[in-house]
Amino acid sequence: MKKSSMGLLPVLLWLSLFLVVPMLIVVGISFMSRDDLGNVVFHFNLDAYATFFDPLYLGIYWDTIVLSILTTALCLLLSYPLAYYIANAGPKMQTWGLAMITIPFWINFLIRTYAWVLLLRTQGVVNNLLIDLGFIQEPLQMLYTKGAVLLGMVYTFIPFMVLTIYVALEQMDKKLLEAASDLGATGWKSFWHITLPQTKSGIMTGSVLVYVSTTGMFVVTDILGGAKSAMISNIIQSQFLGARNWPFGSALSVIFVITSLILIALFNKAMTSKHMTAKEGR
Amino acid sequence: MIELSGVEKHFAGQVVVHPLSLTIKEGEFLTLLGPSGCGKTTILRMIAGFEHPSKGKILLDGADLTSLPPNRRDLNLVFQHYALFPHMTVEDNIAFGLKMKKLPAKEQQERIQEAVAMTQLTPLVKRYPHQLSGGQQQRVAIARAIANKPKVLLLDEPLGALDLQLRKNLQSELKHLQRSLGITFVYVTHDQEEAMMLSDRIVIMNSGKVEQIGTPREIYAAPTTLFSATFVGENNIFSQDGRLFAVRPEKLKAVRTEDGAKRIGEVLDVLYLGSIHKLIVQLEDEPMTVSIVFDFTDERPWQVGERVGVNWNAEDEVVIGS
Ligand SMILES: Nc1ncnc2c1ncn2[C@@H]1O[C@H](COP(=O)(O)OP(=O)(O)O)[C@@H](O)[C@H]1O
Ligand SMILES: [Mg+2]
Repeated sequence: MKKSSMGLLPVLLWLSLFLVVPMLIVVGISFMSRDDLGNVVFHFNLDAYATFFDPLYLGIYWDTIVLSILTTALCLLLSYPLAYYIANAGPKMQTWGLAMITIPFWINFLIRTYAWVLLLRTQGVVNNLLIDLGFIQEPLQMLYTKGAVLLGMVYTFIPFMVLTIYVALEQMDKKLLEAASDLGATGWKSFWHITLPQTKSGIMTGSVLVYVSTTGMFVVTDILGGAKSAMISNIIQSQFLGARNWPFGSALSVIFVITSLILIALFNKAMTSKHMTAKEGR
Repeated sequence: MIELSGVEKHFAGQVVVHPLSLTIKEGEFLTLLGPSGCGKTTILRMIAGFEHPSKGKILLDGADLTSLPPNRRDLNLVFQHYALFPHMTVEDNIAFGLKMKKLPAKEQQERIQEAVAMTQLTPLVKRYPHQLSGGQQQRVAIARAIANKPKVLLLDEPLGALDLQLRKNLQSELKHLQRSLGITFVYVTHDQEEAMMLSDRIVIMNSGKVEQIGTPREIYAAPTTLFSATFVGENNIFSQDGRLFAVRPEKLKAVRTEDGAKRIGEVLDVLYLGSIHKLIVQLEDEPMTVSIVFDFTDERPWQVGERVGVNWNAEDEVVIGS
């Protein structure tokens, strides 16, 4: 007992230094106010939280949640088949597949995101192609829309989801599938009753990773979303930097962290009860 | 019942199972016995459908199985490390095969009850595999298979991961189970004692080849190859006049040197093993030791270093090659 808690000490120290203390500072600042120069003033009040209930911010809050959930869901739907394919391919194909997933990381993230601008803008590659092929007459407004932000987010975070699910699939005991087949299960039934429940932890890890990363990502929104598509992270960033309203930025952060924790808890709960029903089968 | 005809398996050009023809009778307990790596698992996996024979055919009740997938074969495999579904309770593990067969719920329940009763798992049905001991997991693996009432049960070293005492208990349980179910068992083990104790017939394998097929008694009393003579039980191998023969330790006699013994040697060790005594004798003219076993009624005292004659009856020589 004693020994294992001693072993945890460095981890706890690390966590408190880099997570708990900064969080507490943010929580503290959210209850203070600012002076005209933007300095934080030690004067306890709830103004920052009251500001949040402005319909403008509520709308952005809602949009952020919807976008993050959509991003997570799309990443999951696109990643699972890909990860499954890679995990079940031959060793050579597997190496290639994983390389294809990781190579984009070698290129600067900003450059990759700006590349989407070149593709999506009115005079961009996609529009030109569609016009040349005669599908459309007028260029479509693709850039600076919520769709562009969603595309950018999914593009940015898909590798994380693919890799987490791939690891889960790799770690699964393949003998279980043979056992299922031996007991009369077809491919689909094995997948539904064995593979999916066995990779659930990978799905959960990947989803939380993508969801939380999406809520914190402001670069993609800045570049592909334009002014109309701001997300909470853009507002938080501008409160800390441009507007120098640290209490409001902190309050938004606190609200969003709590929201995320609640959503993650609900998600976990849904996933565990899903496992209880999955075994009932048909 | 099951017929393997000319079944062969190559992996990447390497022959792992040499052409094998074998007929397994209904209700028989047949064991594939051989050292690790000799191809036992591969044969079982071909019967179960996880490997496709490179050549040859496998028939079950006269019907050709060779190209059927595992889920359409009326037989079940108990995996070496059980392969229980970790996210399912004991009950759900056992129910899995029955659900896949879409049996009516009532019959599923009856079959589960029956299977857990036979394997003494009734109080454990709500547990998950990780909450069970090795022996209990083993029983779940068997219950999960027999609930399907397969025509044939294939078992791949089902007791290999258990400690000796538990293994002994489960061996007799398995034998009993096989008798009461009356289904054919194809059993794989590298433990010759286990094979002797359980089987109706044993197939001795060595590097992918069959060395001998026979009842435990035949295998023990009349091994046909050097490998089977030494793999099952202890044996003394002599070479004389260009032929090779084996004499079991209990067929050798220790006599005084002047009584016209076939070999002369020196006692290296005297072992008292309860019901039997054993002499290890270093032969004088050949670089080999022999063991001689007497039963406990023989009370002659032996000294290490003593010279002794080794004798046997000609009819106890089992010729195993030349
Ligand atoms: N999928 C495979 N690919 C290549 N070689 C294999 C494969 N499966 C088994 N082998 C080889 O076949 C031989 C027999 O293996 P196996 O049937 O597992 O033996 P046993 O069960 O008697 O220990 C071994 O040398 C093993 O390395
Ligand atoms: Mg094996």
